[in-house]
Amino acid sequence: MDLNRRPRLATAWLGGCSGCHMSFLDLDERLIDLAAAADICYSPLMDIKEFPEAVDIALVEGAVANEDHLRDLRTIRARSKTLIAFGDCAVTGNVTAMRNLFPLENILEAAYGDPAVVRALSAPPDPVPRLLGRVLRLHDVVEVDWYLPGCPPSADSIFEIITAVLAGKKPPGGRKFGC
Amino acid sequence: MSVHTLEIDGRMVTALEGETILAAAEDAGIFIPKLCAVEGLSAPGACRLCMVEIAGQNKLRAACLTRAAEGMVVRTETSALREQRKLLVELLLAEGNHVCSVCVVNGYCELQSLAAALDVDHVRFTPRYPARTIDLSHERFGLDHNRCILCTRCVRACDEIEGAHTLDVAGRGRTARIITDLAEPWGHSESCTGCGKCVRTCPTGALFLKNKPAAEMKKDSGFIRQIIAARREKIWI
Repeated sequence: MDLNRRPRLATAWLGGCSGCHMSFLDLDERLIDLAAAADICYSPLMDIKEFPEAVDIALVEGAVANEDHLRDLRTIRARSKTLIAFGDCAVTGNVTAMRNLFPLENILEAAYGDPAVVRALSAPPDPVPRLLGRVLRLHDVVEVDWYLPGCPPSADSIFEIITAVLAGKKPPGGRKFGC
Repeated sequence: MSVHTLEIDGRMVTALEGETILAAAEDAGIFIPKLCAVEGLSAPGACRLCMVEIAGQNKLRAACLTRAAEGMVVRTETSALREQRKLLVELLLAEGNHVCSVCVVNGYCELQSLAAALDVDHVRFTPRYPARTIDLSHERFGLDHNRCILCTRCVRACDEIEGAHTLDVAGRGRTARIITDLAEPWGHSESCTGCGKCVRTCPTGALFLKNKPAAEMKKDSGFIRQIIAARREKIWI
């Protein structure tokens, strides 16, 4: 097999709890099949800092909660052929977006109490990213090709969507939010 | 009693005089999506999910409110109906604050199941994130307005089956909400009998038992039918 010609698969982690990536690891021995079928070129599970060019499939976990997420998601979209919203936070905002019910200042005050900290976080020093006023879903920011709901999506559903996209087929639907 | 014969999705189905298309379809094992209709309660035609096509009529009809008639040809599952139902479910999800993962009925919610059945894997609209309240003043029950879709099942169960009419709807449009008595805290209600029929009839996690953790509350509105049958037959098990 020409290793260089394998499809390039990336996974990314924005504003989420990493539960979707834990579920990805639950692929267990199927990870070996996946590694044979695709070149896993970027992931929070690997020590690579920069999202690479020419990615075929990107699974993006988490909602867009700060300016770093916004920048990273745009980079991921520009460099990926197929972008999959990976899990409920990416698809619906989910728990990450529950803060949208309240003004950001109130959230910071409730979390930190200290007005000095709240002021500092409103215009944080580098490299702390500024929080967005409202948490966004992936498709609020970029075009999303496929949606995989679930909190987290099951390992089976992750395997199915990757397998389908690799084969150029429409992934199976009927997945529940939550669960 | 006269019986009508009609065609639903290419199948010949019989319906008793006065029976709705929804009831006739369900008797024949044909599934029509619905969130507000419950067998044994009056039908408000609120959710619009059971809309069907009837040959010769240019308007869609709510199956829960339209009586089956002789020779009627009904289609419950067309691409246009499917698209409309998806749209309705997406609007419901965008209108309230529905966070399945932290909900008491996660896994058992009718709205959640229907979204999956209709292949709603994301919501195309911008969510409203409305500021809504939670009433935890009742000793055993909670009312989370964030999860309410205003189907009014609870209002009808309380009025028509329990006879208490503690629950009702106040406000109009996007300010509409379920209230107890004259919009007082539920725990202060003098009319509430504490029977819990509202909680069991609610299709989402809006009404819940206070001691239940997330994803551990199953509901079944089928008990309404059993109560009505028991009252009619005078059989109480």
